[in-house]
Amino acid sequence: MEQYILAITYLIASVLFIFGLKMLGDPKTARRGNILAALGMGLAILATMAFHKNEAGERIGNYGWIIGGLVIGTIAGWLSAVKVKMTAMPQMVSLFNGMGGACAALISISEFDHLMHMSAGSATAGILLTMVAGLVIGSVSFSGSMIAFAKLQGIMKKNIRFPLYNIINILIMIGIVVISFIIIRQIPADPYPYFYGLFALSLLYGILFVIPIGGADMPVVISLLNSFTGVAAAFGGFLYDNQVMLTGGILVGSAGTLLTIVMCRAMNRSLTNVIFGGFGSGAKAA
Amino acid sequence: MESILSFIGDHMEMIYIIILSIFVGVEVISKVPSALHTPLMSGANAIHGVVIIGAIIVMGHADPGNIAALILGFLAVVLGTLNVVGGFVVTDRMLEMFKKKK
Repeated sequence: MEQYILAITYLIASVLFIFGLKMLGDPKTARRGNILAALGMGLAILATMAFHKNEAGERIGNYGWIIGGLVIGTIAGWLSAVKVKMTAMPQMVSLFNGMGGACAALISISEFDHLMHMSAGSATAGILLTMVAGLVIGSVSFSGSMIAFAKLQGIMKKNIRFPLYNIINILIMIGIVVISFIIIRQIPADPYPYFYGLFALSLLYGILFVIPIGGADMPVVISLLNSFTGVAAAFGGFLYDNQVMLTGGILVGSAGTLLTIVMCRAMNRSLTNVIFGGFGSGAKAA
Repeated sequence: MESILSFIGDHMEMIYIIILSIFVGVEVISKVPSALHTPLMSGANAIHGVVIIGAIIVMGHADPGNIAALILGFLAVVLGTLNVVGGFVVTDRMLEMFKKKK
């Protein structure tokens, strides 16, 4: 009975997300759309706390911790969102986006830890793949968003561009793929160092990805990182067989990607140009 | 390789959801005035805060004796909530500004 109420609530929340996003695209309905999406989120959170059971049929526990976290997050989020100056909005979005990415990465880390403590052989390649993907994408989104925040906030003013920049980035990316493969194939007896190595490398990649990009291009980068976090959330949904995380995450992933492209087009640029060209930094006009 | 294939096979329904959601996301965004790009990005940012559900699940099933797991889960809940609440409030403020201009 309860699992059906949960499933139906997730369905309603997903529909509210879609409607909310659609209404956000029209100036007349935008504000209501935002509230609808928030309503969907609230429903999904409450239903999860009340009705969720894991595969073993255990209910949610640790209510004190959860509610404490929700209260702290709500107060901090609300205050910082209300107090921020209108001109500082974009970096705020970036900051909150980074929080979501970090959240996705932390979920992967704790689930990995949990999995390693369970009996051997319970880790299938598919589960490890979703965990690793959530970790990598979430971490890249987190560190990238923090750099974008620092740049827009004026903490970091220079656009640092190393020699052989693109080659270094490609090498790191290859490293991420290789380590992911090693973990998924369960080659090492002790996967922890690999997992944390992957975490560190992903954070580094996020930083290197954003530092050469100029402030004028930051909204595009934030939009891209935004869609990354969406995908990371969707991998979380895959991990838990959780439909609302899946639909919400993928919705943002695809809408965010398209939005990124549209924003580039509005600036008369291509996405590859923003990411690899360093045009906004004035380094070279590609 | 086989285990990845069987994982995909076991999750066919979810893969369908993914494919369809991609199209919905693209469709929903396709005709948006450029002035709304930033609020839309911000709204989407709040929606991917749905990752908070995962954080609640992690926290809710963490072993109360495992301090590290509790702290990780707690942090995840706090960060996820920040994303959700901050995201929606910032979007609302942006749209409020939008209204005044008109």
